[in-house]
Amino acid sequence: MGIKNMKETDFRDNETLSLFKKSGGNILLTSVDALIDWGRSNSIWPLTFATACCGIEMMATGASRHDFSRFGIEVYRASPRQADVIVVAGTIVNKMAPVLKRLYDQMSEPKYVIAMGACAVSGGPFYYNSYHVVRGVDHVIPVDVYVPGCPPRPEALLFGVMQLQRKIKLETIANPRKSPNT
Amino acid sequence: MKEKILSLVPGAEFQENKQYVTFIIPSDKMRDLAMKLKNETEFSFDYLFCLTGVDMLKYLEVVYHLESTIHKHELVLKVRTAERENTSVDTVCDIWKTAEFHEREIYDLLGIKFNHHPDMRRIFLDDDWKGHPLRKDYVDEVNIVEL
Repeated sequence: MGIKNMKETDFRDNETLSLFKKSGGNILLTSVDALIDWGRSNSIWPLTFATACCGIEMMATGASRHDFSRFGIEVYRASPRQADVIVVAGTIVNKMAPVLKRLYDQMSEPKYVIAMGACAVSGGPFYYNSYHVVRGVDHVIPVDVYVPGCPPRPEALLFGVMQLQRKIKLETIANPRKSPNT
Repeated sequence: MKEKILSLVPGAEFQENKQYVTFIIPSDKMRDLAMKLKNETEFSFDYLFCLTGVDMLKYLEVVYHLESTIHKHELVLKVRTAERENTSVDTVCDIWKTAEFHEREIYDLLGIKFNHHPDMRRIFLDDDWKGHPLRKDYVDEVNIVEL
């Protein structure tokens, strides 16, 4: 089923989603999973990282009007060691790519990546005939959620973060998530 | 001001422009003129608000946008280089400190060297980068598709 055929209710349906969990039916394990996933998904701390105009939109999302701490995405951490998610907000140029990779490597597990905006998703307006832009941040680090837009509205980023929360709610300690490059 | 500048620099050429008073200055006269424009009270151009380079195919051009915060007047000077490769213009970064990074940027992207600049290195790109990407004849076979 393509994403265009999905109804809005499908995006919000967490009950059916949890049926995909295959933790083996152990009542202790599933209870612990439920607790851990609830905790993790509702306290995603983002890293203070913004390289272009998407960063302004991300700040707006964090500020009082859109206020994404309503969803537990709470405080921006200035240190990658304390952050759970890196929102790649903006263009990544070739010179920035090793820095981004290092930041990602310094984050502690479990770690998540949201590619925010056209530049981080695919290179965006710099896709053709640019000598310096990385065509999509997924060339450098693995991405969990793509948020398209140029730049995305704060609502779009909020929606992306909520999708990440749904993704986290599917995790189980019986089969822990591994970063592809570790 | 037009007559005054034309009398200061004999080789200067007045260029018709809707927004700014514009002159094309011979490159060897530029430093003297800049010094005078900064120091003489009549001009007192104390603010270099933009310094850019342009690739005009046959030659390269450096454009100076000047403003006086005292008299509130603005002036544009253009300096043309003789040829494209290994060309150089005198620096103005001891007159206006802003020019230091701007001249490094022009060197980085267009390859115009600035004589007597204290730190003539690339500013944005890696030190081992080949070529100057904002030139019209820049070739990048991997990333840039010729139309």
